[in-house]
Amino acid sequence: MTREKNPNATTVELSQPFSLAKFFFQWEWMLVVLFLLVNLLNVNLSPYYLNFDNLKDALPTFLDKAFIVLPMVFIIILGEFDISVGSIVALSSVVMALAFQMGLPMEAAVGLCLLVGTLCGMFNGIIIVKFKELSAVIVTLATMIIFRGIAYILLEDQAAGHFPSWFKGLSWGYVGDVPTILIVFLVFALLFGWVLHKTALGRRVYAIGNNVTAARFSGIKVDRIKVLIFTSAGFMSAVTALFLTSRMGSTRPNVASGYELEVITMVVLGGVSTSGGKGRLIGAVLAVFLIGYLRNGLGLINVPAQVLLIIIGLLLVVAVMVPNLQWNKKRALRHGERKKEGK
Amino acid sequence: MKRLFPKVLVALMVLGFLGVGTVSAAPLKYAIIFKNTGNPYGEKEMEGFKNAAKELGVEAILKAPDQPTAEAQIQMIQELIAQKVSVIAMVANDYDALQPALEKAKAAGIKVLSLDSAVNAASRQVHINQADPERIGRVEVQAIVQMIGGKGEIAVLSATSQASNQNLWIDWMKTELKDPKYKDVKLVKVAYGDDLRDKSVSEMEGLLKSYPNLKGVIAPTTVGIAAAGKVITDKKLKGKVHLTGLGLPSEMAEYIQSGVCEWMYLWNPLDVGYLAGYAADALVKGTITGKAGDKFKAGKLGNKVVIADGDGTQVMLGDPFKFDAKNIADWKKVY
Amino acid sequence: MADFKAAFRSRDIGLLGLIVVLAVLVQSLNPSFLSPENIADMTKNTAILAILSIGMMLVIITRGIDLSIGATLALSGMISAQTVATWQEVSPVAALLLGTLIGLACGAVVGGLVSKGKVLPIIASLGLMNVFRGVTFLVSGGKWVSANQMPDSFKAIATSDFLGLNTLIWVAVMVYLIAYWFVTWNRTGRQIYAVGSNPDSAQISGINNNRILLLVYVIMGGLSGLAGVLWVSKFASAQGDTAMGFELSVVAACVLGGVNMAGGSGRISGILLGALLLGILNNALPLVDVSPFWQNFIQGTIILVAVLINALVKRRFNQRILQKRKI
Repeated sequence: MTREKNPNATTVELSQPFSLAKFFFQWEWMLVVLFLLVNLLNVNLSPYYLNFDNLKDALPTFLDKAFIVLPMVFIIILGEFDISVGSIVALSSVVMALAFQMGLPMEAAVGLCLLVGTLCGMFNGIIIVKFKELSAVIVTLATMIIFRGIAYILLEDQAAGHFPSWFKGLSWGYVGDVPTILIVFLVFALLFGWVLHKTALGRRVYAIGNNVTAARFSGIKVDRIKVLIFTSAGFMSAVTALFLTSRMGSTRPNVASGYELEVITMVVLGGVSTSGGKGRLIGAVLAVFLIGYLRNGLGLINVPAQVLLIIIGLLLVVAVMVPNLQWNKKRALRHGERKKEGK
Repeated sequence: MKRLFPKVLVALMVLGFLGVGTVSAAPLKYAIIFKNTGNPYGEKEMEGFKNAAKELGVEAILKAPDQPTAEAQIQMIQELIAQKVSVIAMVANDYDALQPALEKAKAAGIKVLSLDSAVNAASRQVHINQADPERIGRVEVQAIVQMIGGKGEIAVLSATSQASNQNLWIDWMKTELKDPKYKDVKLVKVAYGDDLRDKSVSEMEGLLKSYPNLKGVIAPTTVGIAAAGKVITDKKLKGKVHLTGLGLPSEMAEYIQSGVCEWMYLWNPLDVGYLAGYAADALVKGTITGKAGDKFKAGKLGNKVVIADGDGTQVMLGDPFKFDAKNIADWKKVY
Repeated sequence: MADFKAAFRSRDIGLLGLIVVLAVLVQSLNPSFLSPENIADMTKNTAILAILSIGMMLVIITRGIDLSIGATLALSGMISAQTVATWQEVSPVAALLLGTLIGLACGAVVGGLVSKGKVLPIIASLGLMNVFRGVTFLVSGGKWVSANQMPDSFKAIATSDFLGLNTLIWVAVMVYLIAYWFVTWNRTGRQIYAVGSNPDSAQISGINNNRILLLVYVIMGGLSGLAGVLWVSKFASAQGDTAMGFELSVVAACVLGGVNMAGGSGRISGILLGALLLGILNNALPLVDVSPFWQNFIQGTIILVAVLINALVKRRFNQRILQKRKI
């Protein structure tokens, strides 16, 4: 999908007065509105929704995937994909559990989990960068199968668990009244958001996503940045593994299946365009809470799984179409104006 | 933007405090969570549970995720805790992974039991077992050995490698085979079809290729046994390769009527769900606490007693039911 | 012209070589691998994957992707199975047509969203995958359609032979022949490549991009619908969760076959080999006496190796072309 870029865009935008309508038509504000609508809907559907305990306890159920959403925003802005994240979660989790079972102290096992995830991500990054003919989709498709395969070789059909009770506190614990997982997530979200929007690295990521050749020729170390981003995806998958394993108290090689598509759904709903170079972190964060609480609210009235599937699918499609229609109308208007000017 | 969101959340929470306690008294809610949706066997179990709930005058909540994962079931447990149900009956996708979530439910005063596919003893108060796993394992071996005439090679086509009930039954099958009277029977392989139609077919075809002298296959899984039946039919191996296992009468009617599978076993999932419903009620009313020796009445199924089961306890539905050419016509319409 | 022939051979040679190596390896581990019966089984089991790969190739050429094909397959399979179960007199050809029509409709929805709605293909197909799957579950009412409910004529679609070859293989062959003609000699087929290569130039040169985009998704949907009927006939069973995750295998077959995810290129011969490689993997692993827990790892490694070989071969090919351009 190509977009015509008005060559005079910069000058026009700078000289335009602040338009309230334009400000609020941004994708992220639409997400906020959607989020409020969802909450309104949930409150009307079930008396159990607007309950402090419920709102609080629903968070761990969808926040564990949210850790992967953060680096995935970077990856998609880069114009790449990573569908191996679920398998990295599984492998990191399995290695940690096995190490603990074999006598390693839990703290070290946690460190090992993060290390394994990071290495997996690095592996992805290096192959993608060394073999530019290959798209990230196929590389991560292969590594998705390989990483989970290693998890199966290690743990076979067993479960591993019996972790110390402080580990359980990761996913189930609170700091005061706030779930620990929310605090950790917000810290990471702020970190990733700051890097993306306030550092040179973030700007370079956008540049690569917009035009990788131009970025390379302007001196940006594209390869290094790509490896870094994929490594961070591996690391955050390991973080997810920590929280997921803590939530289940045990692990198997088949955990976290299907996570990659759910994460991509959240990122895409958050306004990050898969054609690269566009999107904001806050959008993805909003999408996480949006989908999470929507599922929670619908689950409280026991909507059957098949209907829930349809609703989420429609939400995704409609949410993306609405601004497109708006944008197309504006584009048609501009087109009409230019025609009148005789261009 | 980032500053707006926490304010919104806080506002909602304040409203929440105002809203607490306005839920009026309603009929008790009994909930059941199955493994996945779109599964006719699961539908029947949930239907049995619902029938029991109706007889008992309580509301039944039936839940099943679209993917057979533990993570999805944990989410559902959370939703049920928020709805303040009285009891959760669990058909687990994972033996251990639901423990923390179910312990939280128990801490909230919700009674927990499992049925069909068990959770570990720490997660539940009692387990409803459709049939003694030892009986299932042994009777399957006895059946296939009878079909192949006492000697030859046999194989097992299972579901996923982590299904705890599958592994339990297979272990009992191996135990049965240690008996000296099976000295001429050899179990050559346990293959995993993952309950996927296409993979089960590939694995079955692989078994036939790798072991040309294979005489019998035990497939204790509904998808596996139907896939094996189709492969034997298509390759016209009826009579040369015998088949038994656990299967849905509707799926296997074709192969039983044609003789490809001379007989097979299962149990009535309606009864399993129904028994679970009454056991749930007994737990809620305090008639039983889940320790061995407890007795309760399970509606049409009569009196049931809780017995020991490893670290935990269970209630037995009965013996596996045999389906053959004589009765398949009656049962294929039921489930 | 001779250069292109050499290039053609050299690009596929990597994949072909890998297939040969694998075949020899498996044969040495289990001599029944290359038996006529096993080869027949293997081709039969790969036929559906091969048919879907054609549709996916066309979609990927236009810089798109379609993740909803598994769900479309399941939906059309379920509806046609239910139809023949309720009205036993329905002929197999009618059932095939019904399934294909349902697939065409599903494909049209995806295509409409992509072309007119300007929705990115991954979003459109991801969202609709959920919708179609949900609809399949709803339509099934939680029940499966079993073998004994299907008339023999329906089940015979997948089990019957014609001139010694299984019907499924014939269908695959026909689809491939039509596809080959379409992408090589038909103008609309060539336009698909143009749209994928450079959408702007294609638009300017008078090609109706929207119509082409809609067309490829409709074709993909139609093939998925057809595959759905073939699937439920082959397994004599229709379930709500049929073919969940199958779309990834189809994408893998395409990419193994050298289809460029960035669009604009892709060859029939390539995807045929790609589907064949996957088919061999699925067939060979149960035959080889390897622990089932190693299956995933072996499969993934072979796919990675195949893909890396493809990349290296392409690199050498491109370098040779560049060298020829040296003045």
